[in-house]
Amino acid sequence: MNKIALIIRREYITRVRKKSFIIMTLLTPFLFALLFIIPALVMSNDDKEFKKIAVVEDGADLFKDVIPDTKDTDFEYLEGININDIKTNFADLGYYGVLYISPQLITTPNAIQLITRKQPAIGLLDHISGSLEKEIEKQKLLAYNIENLDEILKTINTSVRIQTIKMDEEGSATETSTGISMGLAYLSGFLMYMLVFMFGSMVMRGVIEEKTSRIVEVIISSVKPVQLMLGKIIGVALVGLTQFGLWIMLTLAIVMVVKINVLPEGAMEQIQQLPQSFAEADQAMAGMENSPVSGEQISEFESLFASALNQPWGLIIFSFIFYFITGYLLYASLFAAIGSAVDNETETQQFMLPVTIPIILGLVVAMGTMQNPESSLSFWFSMIPLTSPIVMVARIPFDVPAWEIALSMGLMVVTIIGSVWMAAKIYRTGILMYGKKTSYKELWKWLTYKG
Amino acid sequence: MILFEAQNVTKRFRTQTALDGVSISVPEQSIYGLLGPNGAGKTTLIRIINQITAPDSGAIFLNGHPVKPEDVHNIGYLPEERGLYKKMKVGEQALYLAQLKGLSRNEAMRRLKYWFNKLEITGWWDKKVEELSKGMQQKVQFVTTVLHEPQLLIFDEPFTGFDPINVKQIKDEILFLRERGATIIFSTHNMSSVEELCDNITLINKANTILEGSVDKIRSEWAANEYDIVFNGEVTPSGNGHFSILSSRFENGNSIVRIKSNDNADTNEIIKAMTSAGRVVSFNPSLPSMNEIFIRVVERKNKEAAKN
Repeated sequence: MNKIALIIRREYITRVRKKSFIIMTLLTPFLFALLFIIPALVMSNDDKEFKKIAVVEDGADLFKDVIPDTKDTDFEYLEGININDIKTNFADLGYYGVLYISPQLITTPNAIQLITRKQPAIGLLDHISGSLEKEIEKQKLLAYNIENLDEILKTINTSVRIQTIKMDEEGSATETSTGISMGLAYLSGFLMYMLVFMFGSMVMRGVIEEKTSRIVEVIISSVKPVQLMLGKIIGVALVGLTQFGLWIMLTLAIVMVVKINVLPEGAMEQIQQLPQSFAEADQAMAGMENSPVSGEQISEFESLFASALNQPWGLIIFSFIFYFITGYLLYASLFAAIGSAVDNETETQQFMLPVTIPIILGLVVAMGTMQNPESSLSFWFSMIPLTSPIVMVARIPFDVPAWEIALSMGLMVVTIIGSVWMAAKIYRTGILMYGKKTSYKELWKWLTYKG
Repeated sequence: MILFEAQNVTKRFRTQTALDGVSISVPEQSIYGLLGPNGAGKTTLIRIINQITAPDSGAIFLNGHPVKPEDVHNIGYLPEERGLYKKMKVGEQALYLAQLKGLSRNEAMRRLKYWFNKLEITGWWDKKVEELSKGMQQKVQFVTTVLHEPQLLIFDEPFTGFDPINVKQIKDEILFLRERGATIIFSTHNMSSVEELCDNITLINKANTILEGSVDKIRSEWAANEYDIVFNGEVTPSGNGHFSILSSRFENGNSIVRIKSNDNADTNEIIKAMTSAGRVVSFNPSLPSMNEIFIRVVERKNKEAAKN
């Protein structure tokens, strides 16, 4: 077998067999899957807990049946009951809480109390105050004795929801969600940062291990130092791709299994029916008077889902893999050079700083990119090869012009050739040097050695 | 025939000189010892032979031509620090290193089986290196060093970490390897192994060669005209013009007498005097051990250096 292939094989097999690799590979998909599953569970759980709220007025009946029931909450208007009678024992009577409305509410906004055992949800409070505001407005308007007031009110009932449409030059429109793009940008940027750092430093530790244990002295009688370095970098890259591929497959598998077995059927149907039910959603929007809360929720969820489908997935995945490989190669070669120049891991710090600064800067800019993907800062950092892997993958969900991607990728490839060449020169000398602390001046000397 | 030669090799590090014009010449199929106190420059010389570092001046030759990068394939090197992957299994690792040396998988397997059997370490095949003791690891590495049967073998401190049984086993293997045609250079502090194994030695002290040559010759040169005579029964000879008595003791029915002959004394005259004193069992020049020679040579050099 070819020697470099032998080295790649060893680097790959010993790492893939490690317990830590297996545990990481198996556990991480559960964390990813939780990211998908928890929101779905939260949504479906909302529907399940049914609440009954007692509505009590002191004598007056100004607000009888004013608050409409929602999907998960019934409002029971209790006549002739004093608030003090029910204040303490409402829970025993099966109520979630007591809404006490004082007749002064029309003039005094805070003359109303909701007494509950648990902290009530914001949605519930919005629903109550919204209904009451509408009723009070109506009653105030009634005082003006306007004819056909009910009809007038119906026609002036308004609702505003912004739909964001992204129009490309050919005029075809896609519905997008800034939320989804941001989430994707955040996830890709952070994942890229993590992967490049993790596997890059894995290469460094491997190099240090070989150097300190003098394995390298034995091995370089068989292979060239550059072969050893490249074998290690490629072997670890394959480990990274294996892990990443398994993560994606396992995450999908877990999400599927959970979808089928754990989520209640209703929630599942909602998700599956979303694309078709756009028309319904529009209707629901048109007839919004007495709008049921759930209708609004569904259509919001729907459009989120639709815009998730509208993301340029092919481009996102392709560029992620491209930038992972190239970003990794760039940093792994730098890390390999560092590992070869030091005698132990604690000595790496002086050289780590200039390598970690761009990587962290990249992450910071990537996070800022989500606020403003078109800024010139984002543009330049997605061109500079040391930061472009992280910043560019964070920009791509926001639609980046093709020439920018091509330029950034081209720069990346050129830089890798340079960095691998440089790393090989440092590595060749450094890996066999012991005892003295290496300085930057020394590194420069190694770089400029002939031959 | 000379297999390996180093001529006037000098190597300086920033603050100190590691080797100052050192030359060695190693005959084919012989065992060559590199001796010297700690920090004398032995390992630097070994690293130069392995082309791990280049000398500042001087040249090294293998088979009569200057050493080329490809020649390292012809050299097996056992470094002082044990160079094995700790997390890898013994067998797998030995196989990997052998394949890197260019052996096919099958051939490597066959030879490994032979050596693992020979050194009685077959049971370690599936153990991780980190589970082995230092001496056990060294045995494994010894196998990986000699497996591809290079012409020149270099062992840096091959006996440290071994118990006496393993020291003997490794010594036997080194002699066996020489018999099969290998040439061996090794560095050591273990002087008894030098007497047993080495054909020639070089003693390096503070970057300079201070003693060099065949072990037998060096020992007889350092013999200092002393002889041990063993008599049957209790005998007390007295000195004459040819020699003086240094010591004498009675042990297990024999008298052991050490004498020093005067300069230019005829050994036959001494023997005559002895045979007339009692029944001689043996008459031997008393050779100093390499240990004594080592200490004496190094101390003398250091004293000279202190004077200057």
